[in-house]
Amino acid sequence: MNNPEEDKKPKAEVPVQKQINRRNFISFTTFTVLGVAAYGGWRKLYTSPIETLGITGEAHKPLRRALNKSELFFRNFFSNNHLVKTYPKSMAAKVVRKNTSIGADSRLDAANWRLKVKKLSGEVLSISIDEIKALTKTDLVFDFKCVEGWDQIQHWGGVRFVDFIEHFGLHPETKLDYVGMETPDKGYYVGLDMASAMHPQTLLAYEMNDQPIPVPHGAPLRLIIPVKYGIKNLKRIGTISFSNRRPHDYWAEQGYDYYSGL
Amino acid sequence: MKTIKEKHSLVMRWTHWVNFPILTVMIWSGMLIYWANDEYKITIFGHTYVRFFPDWYYNLLHIPARLAEGMAFHFLFMWFFTLNGIFYVAYTIISGAWRELVPQKKSWKEAWFVLLHDLHIRKMAPPQNKYNAAQRIAYTAIIVMGIGSVITGLAIYKPVQFYYLTWLCGGYHFARIIHFALTLGYVFFFLIHIVQVIIAGWNNFRSVISGFEVVNTDTPKKLAKDE
Repeated sequence: MNNPEEDKKPKAEVPVQKQINRRNFISFTTFTVLGVAAYGGWRKLYTSPIETLGITGEAHKPLRRALNKSELFFRNFFSNNHLVKTYPKSMAAKVVRKNTSIGADSRLDAANWRLKVKKLSGEVLSISIDEIKALTKTDLVFDFKCVEGWDQIQHWGGVRFVDFIEHFGLHPETKLDYVGMETPDKGYYVGLDMASAMHPQTLLAYEMNDQPIPVPHGAPLRLIIPVKYGIKNLKRIGTISFSNRRPHDYWAEQGYDYYSGL
Repeated sequence: MKTIKEKHSLVMRWTHWVNFPILTVMIWSGMLIYWANDEYKITIFGHTYVRFFPDWYYNLLHIPARLAEGMAFHFLFMWFFTLNGIFYVAYTIISGAWRELVPQKKSWKEAWFVLLHDLHIRKMAPPQNKYNAAQRIAYTAIIVMGIGSVITGLAIYKPVQFYYLTWLCGGYHFARIIHFALTLGYVFFFLIHIVQVIIAGWNNFRSVISGFEVVNTDTPKKLAKDE
């Protein structure tokens, strides 16, 4: 500033300084306004109301909408040709991890257990475990994934859901959008989109490591659905039903994504 | 005499400042998710040096038992993070701004001199344009890391549908580790970045908001002062 050159031509200096001030003012004002707006938007989202409990619950309303929109987007990538990776039996865990036994913690009345399937006609099939074991058995050794973030290679055996549908003539039911499954005591329940249920690796499993499934792991029959997180892999299936609307779902009611697809 | 020297484009400034809060939310919600299976630690010869994370840290940030909430936030802001990143990368490629950003052949050697200069070991820094050699490497690396976070994220998010990504990331387990390690990388980058910005001073900081630097054309241009 104390350069004599500059003193001689102040006219040239002022516009530059003015320009600097003007651009600084505009940009810093914009920056501050947008910054405050962004923070306000964040607070609004963070304190946004929790959805009223219905088929889903516990999530902030806008976040639930986002989960549902993301589901629609990522469903486009779902294909029966996308199979979960399988492993040799030798890699399967001997001590199979177990998180909860909600809905399967009461004493199992094995002798009287029947799988109930609610058909569209109103008829309810009552199927014994022996009838299910008589169907073609499929073994699956895959990496079971829990929503918590752990995974474990496990070996399950049972009837593929598609084979089960085929055998019991449930094709009209598969035209609907969803399958609902519940434990006999209705303490645990899941809803599955039909495409995931009909995936070729979805099993109604009755064996774990070549042995009948132990009670804590869902005896006598449990769902193994590798295209979903563990939360959808219902233990001790009591009832299967079909619907065009989302069946109720234990963890979706507690803030988790309804789809929970992998 | 003072002159205005254009430095950062509006798109660069916009995406930079939009990314900052989004990445913060992603890291925070990521911790809510990680807590549910917090198995990572640094162990060398049987001695654990760092556990991710200690209880006092979780409690301080109110992290425990918020998995569902964390996932809900993470799977919303992932969209903003990705779209903002695509916008920046597309702009940088199309505008030709990548020429000032991507490391050159000489950058690897020069970055060493920049480091020595920054540590006050070496007097002269190599001549530069918009970014010095160390910046070229660091800022390009952070973009690559961002792409890595999206890819490893998708590999964990849909490991069956995007099985090829999961395979590319070395499997489900390893993808999760990379995803986590990249996040540590962002935090490390952030700390260095803040220190450098403070040292570089006001003129440099302003350019990321206003877009320009003020150059005094009477005195010889100082070299390598930008961060």
